Amino acid sequence: MVNYIIRRIGYALILLVLVSFVSFAIIELPPGDFLTQKIEQLRARGDRSAEQQVETLRKRYGLDKPFLERYVNWAVNFLRGDFGESFEFERPVSEILGARLGYTIILAIATTVVTWALAIPLGVYSAVKQYSIGDQIVSVISFIGLGMPGFLLALIILYIAVIVFNQDAIGLFSPEYRDAPWSVGKVLDLLSRLWIPALISAVTGIGGLVRIMRGNLLDTLGQPFVEAARARGLRNRTVIWKHAVRIAINPLVTILGSDVFPSIVVGSSLVAIVLNLPTIGPVFVDSLRKLDMYLAGTCIVFLTLMLLIGNLVADLLLAWVDPRIRLE
Amino acid sequence: MTLTAQETAPTTTDGREVLLEVQDLKVEFNIRGGVIKAVDGLTFDIKRGQTVGIIGESGCGKSVTARAILRMVPKPGRITGGRILYYRRPRHPKPGQPQDLQVIDLTTVDPDGELIRQIRGGEIAMIFQEPMSSLTPVYTAGTHINEAVSLHRLLPLKKLGDQMAETIMAYRHVTREEAREIAVQMLRRVGIPKPEQRVDSYPHQLSGGQRQRVMIAIALSTEPSMLIADEPTTALDVSIEAQILDIMRELQRTANMAIMFITHNLGVIASMAEEIVVMYMGKQVERAKVVDLFYNPKHPYTKALLQSVPRLGPKTGQRLASIEGMVPDPLNLPTGCVFHPRCPAFMPGKCDKIVPRWNQVGENHWARCLLYEE
Repeated sequence: MVNYIIRRIGYALILLVLVSFVSFAIIELPPGDFLTQKIEQLRARGDRSAEQQVETLRKRYGLDKPFLERYVNWAVNFLRGDFGESFEFERPVSEILGARLGYTIILAIATTVVTWALAIPLGVYSAVKQYSIGDQIVSVISFIGLGMPGFLLALIILYIAVIVFNQDAIGLFSPEYRDAPWSVGKVLDLLSRLWIPALISAVTGIGGLVRIMRGNLLDTLGQPFVEAARARGLRNRTVIWKHAVRIAINPLVTILGSDVFPSIVVGSSLVAIVLNLPTIGPVFVDSLRKLDMYLAGTCIVFLTLMLLIGNLVADLLLAWVDPRIRLE
Repeated sequence: MTLTAQETAPTTTDGREVLLEVQDLKVEFNIRGGVIKAVDGLTFDIKRGQTVGIIGESGCGKSVTARAILRMVPKPGRITGGRILYYRRPRHPKPGQPQDLQVIDLTTVDPDGELIRQIRGGEIAMIFQEPMSSLTPVYTAGTHINEAVSLHRLLPLKKLGDQMAETIMAYRHVTREEAREIAVQMLRRVGIPKPEQRVDSYPHQLSGGQRQRVMIAIALSTEPSMLIADEPTTALDVSIEAQILDIMRELQRTANMAIMFITHNLGVIASMAEEIVVMYMGKQVERAKVVDLFYNPKHPYTKALLQSVPRLGPKTGQRLASIEGMVPDPLNLPTGCVFHPRCPAFMPGKCDKIVPRWNQVGENHWARCLLYEE
């Protein structure tokens, strides 16, 4: 098992290097760079010294060097903890992301807890009471959640909050707390607003999970070992949770790894943009648009890292819950 | 639920006590295309310590009968008629509770209730056809046995009123260590090598034969008064089959347990059962002692079944007999006797019009056939 984990980490590192290289290259693909846009802006303002300014900037950011050299420089610095500087904000990338990391993690955890706490019981209920009214209602809601994009739902909720209830739902804090130092009041304020993005992400994320849980559990409930467990005189509840759900939940463990860990880095960017949340997602999208390559590259590397960690954690969890796939 | 207490259960001429009495049982499945009568008027009984065999082709209602007894008929099936009387002797009478024999009509018991859960696994245990998938893959053999034992097996705590004529015991549940001890003992009894280690094996680490042994160990760990064995050896190869049957016979002798043995294998049933019920398309067509059934079968279906068994011996050059025709569509059963389209003794104008009654054709021998009616 230890060997297996070491091997997995080795593969993960190789993959990480490849992904960082490819993403760096892809960011370079569109013609021009961040400074080309800058020149346009300066020219539009009629600034005559634009060319000279840009040349100094180009030197400062190393954009005059060839691609490979820039990549190697960035990668080596990355390992030292220096992720480069953002063109757009003119500040180190680590500073920009660091300020937003906390909220992103809080939001990711809140979303995950809400989603899973709702999805698993609903899926189990739907399967156990197959074709009942309750199952039909759950199915309809999960199909809506599955079909509706999160940003649309965010807009609808915003509309209802602002127009109908005359309450602002933008951001994670009320205006009076936005720049205030941390206090009990600020935490309560955060909690009172956190549920909106958490709920939006949950409704859109829940649909798929409910359907998977329902389908798997229905398959499992038809298995002979479920009937055998019932014939032993166990309570229905024990049969369902201890014998059926325990088996049916395996695919969800995989999803947990590949879904939740990456969302710690970017979360649902579109919802965050609509609700103006101070998370990493909006910054990431913006950096891609503006060819702010060190910022974008750092986000992508961390995204990949989280995906790899998530998958490893999922595999270990799976081996823990299911003795059949333990490597001996 | 009718729950009456009485002194004795009905006994047979040889003085044995009846344990389970199935009377005119009917189970129907309401499906989109109509109603399937999976079991239609089944009547038989099982005495304590006796083995009764139920034979018939696939889909004749054997397994549904077993599930009806445990109130586990899968949806959309339901019991629509008849009674299943269970003569229950409380095994762990508590002071102040009736210790007499109880008669419970299982068809009226709440299928999710406390009473049926005490009976399931504890008093009537069941083993299944697919040993490969009848154990939950993520739990060890020991965990499975432990589950049954801690639900159903009680140990004497202390004797109350030892001097009185009637000894009333107080009971407690087994502890974790005792349950494990019982699990190891049971695995040893069903012939699993190195039971101290095997008790911690997961199902995928056991062979098919070993898994069925574990199933038997689970079923017998609670010391039930009856075991329902639903084709327990069908999925196993012949040498393992013989071993499993030996174990079942051996354990039955030592525990005075009744067995309801469901199979389509006539060879197996001949070596196991004392009495046999033959089913065809949900109907009971013949019931007899095993010797009578094999040497003097009355119903044409039973005769045809017996002829279709391959026999070892000198080559006779004959082709193996088979039953003419196809199994009818269960939604569209033939009129009159359900077997008439395939019956070699078909009497036109009679068998396709009149539904045969349940006729006694000898001592302890019944058949549902117009040949034995006036």
